[in-house]
Amino acid sequence: MISITRRFLLVVTLACSSVLMASASYADKIKVAAIYTLPVEQQWISRIHKALNTAASRGDIEYVYSENIANTDYERVMREYAEQGMQLIVGEVFGLERAARKVAKDYPDTAFLMGSSFTPVAPNFSVFDNWIHEPSYLSGMVAGAATSSNLIGMVGGYAIPEVNRLMHAFMDGAREVNPDVKFLVNFIDSWYDPPKAKESAFAMMDAGADVMYAERFGVSDAAVERGVKAIGNVIDTSGDYPGTIMASAIWHMEATIDKAVSRVADGSFEAADYGQYSFMAYGGGSLIMDESLMSSETAAAVKAREAEILDGLFRVNVNDARPTSDN
Amino acid sequence: MIDILNILLTDSFWAASLRIATPLIFGVLGALICERSGTLNLGIEGIFVVGAMCGWMATWLGAGLWGGIIVAFICGAFFGLIHAVLTVPLGLSQHVSGLGITLFATSVSYFTYRTALPDVASPPRIEPFQPLDIPVLSDLPFVGLVLFQQTALTWLALLMVVLVWYVLNRTNLGLAIKAVGDNPNSVDAQGLSVYAIRMWAIVIGSALMALGGAFLTMSAFDAFFFGMVNGRGWVCIALVIFASWRPGKALIGALLFGAFDALQVRLQTEMGAFVPGQVFLMAPYVLSIVALVIAARSADYPRALLTPWFKGQR
Repeated sequence: MISITRRFLLVVTLACSSVLMASASYADKIKVAAIYTLPVEQQWISRIHKALNTAASRGDIEYVYSENIANTDYERVMREYAEQGMQLIVGEVFGLERAARKVAKDYPDTAFLMGSSFTPVAPNFSVFDNWIHEPSYLSGMVAGAATSSNLIGMVGGYAIPEVNRLMHAFMDGAREVNPDVKFLVNFIDSWYDPPKAKESAFAMMDAGADVMYAERFGVSDAAVERGVKAIGNVIDTSGDYPGTIMASAIWHMEATIDKAVSRVADGSFEAADYGQYSFMAYGGGSLIMDESLMSSETAAAVKAREAEILDGLFRVNVNDARPTSDN
Repeated sequence: MIDILNILLTDSFWAASLRIATPLIFGVLGALICERSGTLNLGIEGIFVVGAMCGWMATWLGAGLWGGIIVAFICGAFFGLIHAVLTVPLGLSQHVSGLGITLFATSVSYFTYRTALPDVASPPRIEPFQPLDIPVLSDLPFVGLVLFQQTALTWLALLMVVLVWYVLNRTNLGLAIKAVGDNPNSVDAQGLSVYAIRMWAIVIGSALMALGGAFLTMSAFDAFFFGMVNGRGWVCIALVIFASWRPGKALIGALLFGAFDALQVRLQTEMGAFVPGQVFLMAPYVLSIVALVIAARSADYPRALLTPWFKGQR
């Protein structure tokens, strides 16, 4: 069965890439390939995809990508793109940290920029992540002020550092404005099971939660059905759930991608941690609020804190441990 | 323990159990019909994906909700027909064909989705089935929320249990289906076509499976995502054995699994600080295996399950 799957994927990938390669004709653009373990609609991946598309439409890069690549197949696709002469390969290696670094070692002339929980490796393996703990903290302030039951529900995908970090920042922000607030935390161990995320959210609202932290698709839908408010994460979904999403911590991958592309272009790319380019100071993260859904005092307090973060006067704590419910 | 009791006594817990169980009821009934006629259908996971994709896509294209359900039914039947042709007249390995159907159906669904929507930020949404609001009954304490605020598809699933039970146990057609699964020669001796009965059973069973998938995108949620079926089809294969190939027990098995899942969500929230969350996440599956071990001892397999039958051969 595995051999059928692999062979099938190989054929599909080769067919796709040959079609895409045939359409490539400009020589002086940077050749960028992205490899995603999930479809490009997924929140986190959609931000990278968007930044690369923006760079491509500006004419800086030639962009090809493969989506929905299993972790077990990921290394092969990395090698294929490297063999094809891609100059920069972007992706996510949370499920194959060690194997991906081996591939990078075999192709020292290719630049790798990978979402990773660990450190960069010289000479060519750089890492990034969605370090949007700062806007997450601000969105937590909104939630903390909004809850009247003092109970906030949080549904997460997997309890990995990048998820935990944002959840802790959110919780810290909520506690700043509301010391009595308590949290219900749940993980569904899937990035992509909206019915399950929805059921988790229903369970929390049954337990009394009146603000939901929507880390996954499905949570906001449950919030709409029960008429409670929700906080968005990574992408802006306020258009899909008007009147429900009070605030969202948004990730902008453009700063990271543009930096990496320019370094590849002038030959100065080296192993580095690009995490900081997701910070608010670099425009990598931002908060959007629907001020009609909150008091003017809350909005003012959040904006004051936002200004302090941008000026470097306030630092949001980083905590990668798995968050748990308060009891 | 007090926590668990408190949870078990709330109506929202039982409402959630029935919601989670609904796709499984469709799936397990579909698998049951296939297996009662003698064919294992491991295409179920892929047929779930087909149902989820086609039903949602048809609705999004303007077919309406019930139009979407009919499209999902037909698409499921189509993949069932492929499995039927491969396993009944051609007599190929049911395992290999079934797994092949799962891989093929899943890939075709993804391919269709991506071809139709090459460049979307988030998948388009439809207006899904809403909970039915039945006057008086919906306002009853406890049962009002558990039973009478479900969507039409949940009612359809419960209706199907009754229908499948009736057909299998009270009609000549049901007798024929059971007979081709137990002793196809006896059916052949009666002058009935074993091929036709088996193939129809697989086609109808697969169509029911697709409705389970359609529930996910048209009632439980309002959009299609890659990978959202997430193993629900495989759970049905285990539940059929648990149910000992009986529709009534199939309903109980699906409800039990739904209840375990609804319980784990609530327990994880309450006790996640002391016990790793993964323990709760695997609980429904572990408990299903335990239930299976107990129930399967007395399981009464269809005698001719997995055995191809060829006309004129003994």
